[in-house]
Amino acid sequence: MTDQAASASSLSIALFGKGGAGVITAGEMLLAAAARAGLYGMMIRAVGPQIRGGESAALIRLGHAPVNCLDDRLDVLLAIDWKHAERLLSDIELDQDSVVVTDPEEAEVPASITAFGPQIRELPMAELAAEIDGGRANMVALGYLAAVAGVSQKAVDEAIEKKLGRKGKKAVQASIDAAKLGCSRAANLKSFEAPNGSSDSRWMISGNHATGLGAMRGGIRFAAGYPITPATEVLEWLAPRLNDAGGTLTQAEDELASLNMAIGASFGGVPSLTATSGPGLSLMIESIGLAVCAEIPLVIINVMRAGPSTGIPTSTEQSDFNAAVYGVHGDAPHIVVAPTSVSDCVYTTQWAVHLAEATQAPVIVLSDQFIGQANVITEPIPEITFFSKRKLAEDIGEDFERYAITADGVSPMPLPGMPGGQYTADSLEHSPRAVPSGLANNHLEQLDKRARKIADFDYGQHWADIEGDGDLVVITWGSTTSVAREAIGRLPEEIKNRIRLISPRLLLPAMPEQMTAAVNGASRALVIEQNHSGQFYRFLRAFHDLPLDVQAMYRPGPTVFRPREIATAIREWSEQ
Amino acid sequence: MSVQAPCKLKASDYKSGTKPVWCPGCGDFHVFLSMTKAVAELALPPENIAVVSGIGCSSRIPAYLNCYGFHGVHGRALPLATGLKVARPDLTVICAGGDGDGFSIGGNHLLHACRRNVDITYVVMDNEIYGMTKGQPSPTTAPDFDSKIAPGGPGISPFHPLVIALASGANFVARAFSGDPNGTTKILVDAIRHPGFSFVQILSPCVTFRPDQREWKQKVHPAPVETTSDAARAARRVMTDDGFNIGVLYKGSRDKYAQSVGNSVRHERDLDQEFLV
Repeated sequence: MTDQAASASSLSIALFGKGGAGVITAGEMLLAAAARAGLYGMMIRAVGPQIRGGESAALIRLGHAPVNCLDDRLDVLLAIDWKHAERLLSDIELDQDSVVVTDPEEAEVPASITAFGPQIRELPMAELAAEIDGGRANMVALGYLAAVAGVSQKAVDEAIEKKLGRKGKKAVQASIDAAKLGCSRAANLKSFEAPNGSSDSRWMISGNHATGLGAMRGGIRFAAGYPITPATEVLEWLAPRLNDAGGTLTQAEDELASLNMAIGASFGGVPSLTATSGPGLSLMIESIGLAVCAEIPLVIINVMRAGPSTGIPTSTEQSDFNAAVYGVHGDAPHIVVAPTSVSDCVYTTQWAVHLAEATQAPVIVLSDQFIGQANVITEPIPEITFFSKRKLAEDIGEDFERYAITADGVSPMPLPGMPGGQYTADSLEHSPRAVPSGLANNHLEQLDKRARKIADFDYGQHWADIEGDGDLVVITWGSTTSVAREAIGRLPEEIKNRIRLISPRLLLPAMPEQMTAAVNGASRALVIEQNHSGQFYRFLRAFHDLPLDVQAMYRPGPTVFRPREIATAIREWSEQ
Repeated sequence: MSVQAPCKLKASDYKSGTKPVWCPGCGDFHVFLSMTKAVAELALPPENIAVVSGIGCSSRIPAYLNCYGFHGVHGRALPLATGLKVARPDLTVICAGGDGDGFSIGGNHLLHACRRNVDITYVVMDNEIYGMTKGQPSPTTAPDFDSKIAPGGPGISPFHPLVIALASGANFVARAFSGDPNGTTKILVDAIRHPGFSFVQILSPCVTFRPDQREWKQKVHPAPVETTSDAARAARRVMTDDGFNIGVLYKGSRDKYAQSVGNSVRHERDLDQEFLV
């Protein structure tokens, strides 16, 4: 490995193997060991569509600073075997500085890999593993890669102990011994330096678990959901933790049911949530309108995947923006937010609960497969306190109006059990007293009220992340934010200093005044997002009269954005 | 509305005063009456009752009651009621609607509500027709019923709700007739009291689009057999009866759905610990 790779600020590794080879487990241990050794990192799982026996890859990037996206190229590609490698490794990039580690007993390195001209190293993983009772090739690979990353044996041992401790001492020792063997074979390959100080205060968290944590912090105590890739982990993480917190999760028969269960629970006064992905969101759309009309607080987590229809379930895309923003029939004001990184899933989801409870409206959170299923090493994510309280009815008198016309559009809500507050929440248009009404004045005043409470709410500084004050504005949203941030950091100083990054966390309602203020003094803007039709770009043009030349750069999934792709686009645009 | 509910209310105290949209002579008036009598007999404070419905003539019932209510979207009453009861086990939750709402667009939810066995009572006012859209065949309509949308009849077998409820695991299955408000009241009281998912089909004539159903008054008769706790026996009976047996046909003792919102055993701040590397 050359000096160039050794001096780089991050180390990118792919760990490949057929299903059952344990590459994901080894990848997670490597990430955890690196964290214990004082590094930051990110790991993305790439898996084939097969349930078992398919190929899988762990894409890992380690660094001295927080890592929030993958790099363009790989420093090390280690394959326990090469079965179906082409299918999963189609979007990886190697070069002559890259090292490919292969087991000589396995098949030849595929031509698509050797075509990059990387250095090839042999590591007899199966043979070494066989030297140890209970040893496995993936643990040999773990030790080898940890050594390449400069991660101490102690950190590896601790990571193994933590992950496998439940399997007993023998299993732990076998893995530790196998990792040692791998480590011993990599002595002359060390290409990265980990601080190796004692550092066990950091977190390892995925976007989907971070979303669950944000929901718990926000006060969600009821969830309903139907399994769907790539959102299922949100539900699976929440289920036992909701129980511990005095709440519960109900598995529904379909997404129509899960959304309505959440509406029912929230009507009962319990902050409620559902989590899904594109096809499920489509099924839920009618009842999101019900939550708008009946004014029921509700959080809908949508972990986006490539669409339309079933699309590419295990791959990422930011293409549900239109469905989330425009999907509901009728005039249906609601809120759409998007987390800007894996760790921001905590904050944005917690904020979503706060917004839903405060406005008595549905809030859609647009996460995606990239950040949802990525694991990162991060500093502990601090808790932020919102008041997150519903405006409940008090002093209910004879003339109580559930849908009273109020200045801020939010009407005090009675909960079942409150004497005198009885009303029927209705999908029909209604009067302030919640009586069904087809009268023009009732329709207009309720439409106005429901629009006002969303439009006039004080979203504060949370509506967007704004970095820099240059005259060239890069506007992006959601998971693309982290990649754009790194891309900007790589630009030459003279361009970098001219860039201003704006990433709205609040997508709906549009914030034309705030956006206009945010671009003050700028001359041009480039909108970057990951879909095929520039969905957010067109929304931005429709709702914001920006005094700028606005251009767009967008492409669909399934591959995640890499920094160079965005850096190139920004550079070319900046030179126009 | 009184701020403090008295312990004992009359049936009329459970009426909101909103005038129903139903046609004069509609069977749903009697179901409404029976429902108020049933909750009055059970002495349930109106604020502790929630009536959840979907869309259709009969689904208008929550607004006519002085209880908490939810008139949701077409076909989704059962999941909404399920979420409410799981979140608020202290409430008495009654789900109500028609045959189109419950057996067609919401059919899948019926299967899973029976199976889940959450402690709610589901009242279906069955008139074998879509009334609100003016006379299309529903899942319980006979195959030869002539209509504009299906001239000469839909030509497909009607759905058998009680058998399906039994097969899906409902814990209480009964058939009532709206024209017998006292009998219906009794069945509803029994259904609400019975733990788990109680399913009550109420034959409720549509005088406008099914004037032939006026004959139901002559056709109905008390079920000639005792209530059974054997689901297979109950299923065989309802499969082979004339569709007009009235009474509680099955009472099971399956454990009701156990999960519900309750007490915290762990502070949410503890969650942070599990993310430490």
